[in-house]
Amino acid sequence: MDVAVTQEVKTKPAPVDYQTEPSRYKHWRVSFEGPVATLTMDVAEEGGIRPGYKLKLNSYDLGVDIELHDALQRIRFEHPEIRTVVFASAKNRIFCSGANIYMLGLSTHAWKVNFCKFTNETRNGIEDASRNSGLKFLAACNGTTAGGGYELALACDEIILIDDRSSAVSLPELPLLGVLPGTGGLTRLTDKRKVRKDLADMFCTNQDGVRGQRAKDWRLVDDIVKPQQFTEHVKQRALRLAEFSDRPAGTKGVALTPLKKATDDAGLHYEYVDVQLNRVARTATITVSAPESASEQTLERALAAGANWWPLQMARELDDAILSLRTNELEIGLWIIKTAGSPDAVLAMDQFILSHRDNWFVREVLGMMRRTFARLEVTSRSMYALAESGSCFAGSLLELALAADRMYMRDTEEGGNRATLTLSEMNFGPLPMVNHLSRLAARFYEDTAQIEALRGLIGQKLSARQAMEAGLVTAAPDDLDWDDEIRQAMESRAAQSPDALTGLEANLRFSAGETPETRIFGRLSAWQNWIFIRPNAVGPNGALKVYGTGAPVKFNWEKV
Amino acid sequence: MINYTEKIPNNVDLGRDRVLQRALEHWQPAFLGWWYDMGPTESRNYDVYLRTAISVEPDGWAQFDYVKMPEYRWGIFLQPHDEKRQVNFGTHKGQPAWQEVPGEYRSTLRRIIVTQGDTEPASVEQQKMLGLSCPSLYDLRNIFQVNVEEGRHLWAMVYLLHRYFGRDGREEAEALLARRSGDTDNPRILGAFNEPTPDWLAFYMFTFFTDRDGKFQLCALAESGFDPLSRTCRFMLTEEAHHMFVGETGVSRIIQRTCEVMKENNVEDPSDVRALGVIDLQTIQKYLNFHYSVTLDLYGSDVSSNAANYFTSGLKGRFRETKIEDDHLLTDSHYPVSEVVGGKIVTKEVPALTALNERLRDDYIDEIADGVSRWQRVIDQAGVSFRLTLPHKGFHRAIGNFAGHFISPEGEVLTEEAWKKHEFEWLPSSKDYEFVQSLMIGRVAEPGKFANWIAPPLRGINSKPLNFEYVRFD
Repeated sequence: MDVAVTQEVKTKPAPVDYQTEPSRYKHWRVSFEGPVATLTMDVAEEGGIRPGYKLKLNSYDLGVDIELHDALQRIRFEHPEIRTVVFASAKNRIFCSGANIYMLGLSTHAWKVNFCKFTNETRNGIEDASRNSGLKFLAACNGTTAGGGYELALACDEIILIDDRSSAVSLPELPLLGVLPGTGGLTRLTDKRKVRKDLADMFCTNQDGVRGQRAKDWRLVDDIVKPQQFTEHVKQRALRLAEFSDRPAGTKGVALTPLKKATDDAGLHYEYVDVQLNRVARTATITVSAPESASEQTLERALAAGANWWPLQMARELDDAILSLRTNELEIGLWIIKTAGSPDAVLAMDQFILSHRDNWFVREVLGMMRRTFARLEVTSRSMYALAESGSCFAGSLLELALAADRMYMRDTEEGGNRATLTLSEMNFGPLPMVNHLSRLAARFYEDTAQIEALRGLIGQKLSARQAMEAGLVTAAPDDLDWDDEIRQAMESRAAQSPDALTGLEANLRFSAGETPETRIFGRLSAWQNWIFIRPNAVGPNGALKVYGTGAPVKFNWEKV
Repeated sequence: MINYTEKIPNNVDLGRDRVLQRALEHWQPAFLGWWYDMGPTESRNYDVYLRTAISVEPDGWAQFDYVKMPEYRWGIFLQPHDEKRQVNFGTHKGQPAWQEVPGEYRSTLRRIIVTQGDTEPASVEQQKMLGLSCPSLYDLRNIFQVNVEEGRHLWAMVYLLHRYFGRDGREEAEALLARRSGDTDNPRILGAFNEPTPDWLAFYMFTFFTDRDGKFQLCALAESGFDPLSRTCRFMLTEEAHHMFVGETGVSRIIQRTCEVMKENNVEDPSDVRALGVIDLQTIQKYLNFHYSVTLDLYGSDVSSNAANYFTSGLKGRFRETKIEDDHLLTDSHYPVSEVVGGKIVTKEVPALTALNERLRDDYIDEIADGVSRWQRVIDQAGVSFRLTLPHKGFHRAIGNFAGHFISPEGEVLTEEAWKKHEFEWLPSSKDYEFVQSLMIGRVAEPGKFANWIAPPLRGINSKPLNFEYVRFD
C-alpha cells in the first residue's frame, strides 16, 4: 500500500515498548511547584520512534505520547500533592502543531489506527483524572496550537491562548491533509465545548484557525491573555483550579517502579499477568492471577506495598500487555482471557478497595483498573474468556470476562475443583466501560430488574449452570465437550475476516447510549479510519501523501 | 447403562468413548421410539431374514440371520483409517486429511451432514405402509432390509454429529428424529423426501432413482477432506448398492411380467393390459418421469456458490474425484450448463467451480441411462415394441435454471397452458395411482408366491431358494 509497508517487510522494526521513566524522556520536561505540575513539551526533532521523519515544530508521534502517558501516570501516583497540571511548550510561539504529518504519510494503516487509539485513550485519561482524581488540567497555549495540539488542549479543563495577534488555535486536518481531527477534536468541539455546529464547520474547514477575541467568542478557548501577562495568568489560574481539589497535601507518593517483565518467543511474562502467543493459531492466551492471599488489608500495608500492591501491579502489567499486543502483534487476532487463583482473595481485595475509595492512593488504583479494563472493549481483537477449574473470575477479575465477546465456562460435575463465577460490588459501577456504564448494565441494556436480581447473587460462587441461567456466560460445555468445542470456537473465529470482526465487535460491545468517548471511538475513529484508507488521503495524489512535497493534490470528486 | 459393544457393533471404540456413550444414552432410546412410531407398520414381532454388519471385514459386513427389526443391531462402522490419506482437492489439497472438524468449517460440515442424515429416516417414513401390500416374502424382506439399513445410515450420520459437533451435534441428532416426511409443519429438509411413496412401483422407482442420488452424494462426501466423514460414507456405499439393486430389479421384474402378459395375451392397448392385472408400460414411463425429475432437483441449483465453497474448502468433492485427471482446484476450467433464454434452451459455459452440482447431476444421469437401457433390453427381449425414455433434463423441475419453465419430456419449451394440457400424459395422474394401488390390495405372504403384477427374481437372498420363508409373521 505505501512505502512504510515495503520498509517493514525488509526490516521488521523493534517492538514498541510502552515502559519509560522521566530520565529517559526525550520530549517532555516535568516540573513541580507546590500543587502545580508543568508538563513542558519540547519535542526532539531527531527523536522519532521510527525513522524517516523529523518531529519539527513540537509535532508528535507515538513515542512522544508514550512519554506523556507515563508522565501523567507518575503525577497521579508519585505526586499526590499535585492538583493542577499545566501543559506548556518550550518552543517559541508554538504550543504544539499536532501529529507529525510525515510520520502519518509513512505509516501503515494499522500503525495510524493504533497510534490514534492510544493518543485518544491518553486524552480520555486526562478527562478521567479530572472527573475522578481531583486533578485539573490547563493548556497554556503560548503560540500556534494546531491539529493534535489543539486536541490536547481540548482535553484540558481550561484553555488559555496567548493574544499576540498571530497565534491561533486551528484544526487544519481537513483543508490541509484531507483527513479529520480524529483524536477527539471534532467530538470535543461539540460535546464538550458546545461550539455551535456552523462555527465548528467554519473552524474545521479553515486551515488558519481562529485567534484572539473571536476564539473566545466561539468558545474555542476560555481566555486570551497578552504576552506580558501570560505566564502570570497561567500560574494564577493553575493555583485557582488547585483550590477545588481534594488531593492531599504533604503526602508521600507511590513510586511506579519498573515492571518485572520478560519477553521471549513464547510471549510476555509478568508476575500476575502472563501472555502466551500461538502464532500458528493467531491467538494470545492472557492469564491474570489473583493475589496470593486474602490476608488482612490495611491502608498502611497497601501504601507500603506501593507499586507491588496487587491491584496496581496487576493493572499496570495488564495495561502494558494490552498495549504491547495491540502494537506489536497485529496478526494475533483472538485473545483468550483466563484467570487463576483464589476468588476469595480477589473478593476481599475488592471489598477493601471499595471501602477505602476516599483514600487518594486507593482511588488512583481503582482508576488505573478502570482505565486498563476499559482499554479491552476498544481493542480491535476478538476476546473469549474461558473459565475452567482453578480460574478466578470473581469481582474485579470477572470484569475481564464481561468485557470479552464470549465467555465459555466449563460445566464440571460436582466437585471441589469446578469453575465458579462470583459477583461483587465491583461489577455494579466502580469499573465502568468508556460509555460510563458498568459492563453488567451494558450487557443487560440497563434493565434494572435484571441487574437488581444479579445484585442478589453477590458473593455466591456460581456454578456453570447458575452462571448460564444468570446470563453471565455464553456457553457451558461439559468436560466431554469442552476441548473440541473451544478448539472449534477459536478456529472458526480465527478464520473470519479481521476487518468485519472488528466492526462487529465494536458495534456489539457498545450498545445503546452514547458518551463523548464512544463517539470518539465509534463515530469519529470509524470515519477517520475509512478516510485513512481512501485514495483521497493515501493514494499517490492523496492529500496526506503529497503534503510537503509541493505536488498538487488530486481528489476523486465522487462524494461517497 | 447400555453394554455398547454388545448392542451396537462398531469399529469406533465405542466402549471407551465417553463422549459417544453419553450422547447415545439419550439418542438410542429416542431412535427406538422413532422406529416404533415411524418404522414399518405392524412389523414389530416379525422375524426377518436380514443381513447385519458386525465388522468392516469382508466376512463381517453381511451376516444373515432372522432378526426382529427393533432388535436389529444398528452399528457404527467407518472404513479403516488410512494414515496417509490427504485432502485431495481445493485450497487445502496436499495437507493431511483432517481427523477433527476444522473450526472454520464447523457449521458448513454440520449442515452437510444433517442434510444427508435427514434423508435416511425420511425414506423409512415414506415407505412405512408398504409392508401391508407386499408382492412376496422376498420383496417384503428386501424392503425391511432397505429400511433397517437406512436406519443404520442415520446412525452413521448421527455418529458424526455426536462425536464431532458437541452440543449442537446432539441437538441436530435429536431433530433428525423429530422431523417427519410429508408433515407440513415439520417436514424433512429436501423436497423429494416429503413426496409419498404410495405403492410398490413407486418404491422401486424411489430406490432406483432417489437412492442413487444418495449414492452420488455419498460418493462426493467420501472424497471429503474431513476423514471421518469420508470413511463413514465409504462404508455406507457398500450397503447402498443393495438398495439400488432392489430398485432396478424391482422395476425390471414388473416390466418383465407386463411384457409376458402382453405377449401371452397378444394385447398392446394400455387398458387391455391393465385389465389383465399388470401395470401398463405407459404408466411405468410416467412413474419414471416423475421420480427422475424429482430426483434431479436434489442436486440443487445448476450454478451454486455453496457447491463451489464446499469444493474449495475441501469438504465435498466430485464423483470419483481422485480418479479425475486435472488440478483438483478448478480455478480456470469451465463447465456447460443449460438455461432457458427467450423460449429456447441454450447452453453456456460457466466457471467449473460453480457448476459442481450440475456436474454431479450429469454423472448421475449417465448411470441412470445405463439402468434404463437394461430395462429396455427386457422389453426388447420379450418382443414388445415400446421405448422407455429418460425425459429431458429440464422436464418437471422445481430447482435450478429450469424451475418455473414448462418443458416437455422431449425438451420443448412450452407455455404453462400447453404443458398442463399434457401433464398427465407424462406424469402419473391420481387415476394412475389408484389403478396401481388397486393391484396391491393385501399382501402375498405364502413362501415362493408372487403377486400377479411382478415376475419372480432370478435368485433368492444369500443363496436361499425363492420359496424360503424370508419373513415369519409370529
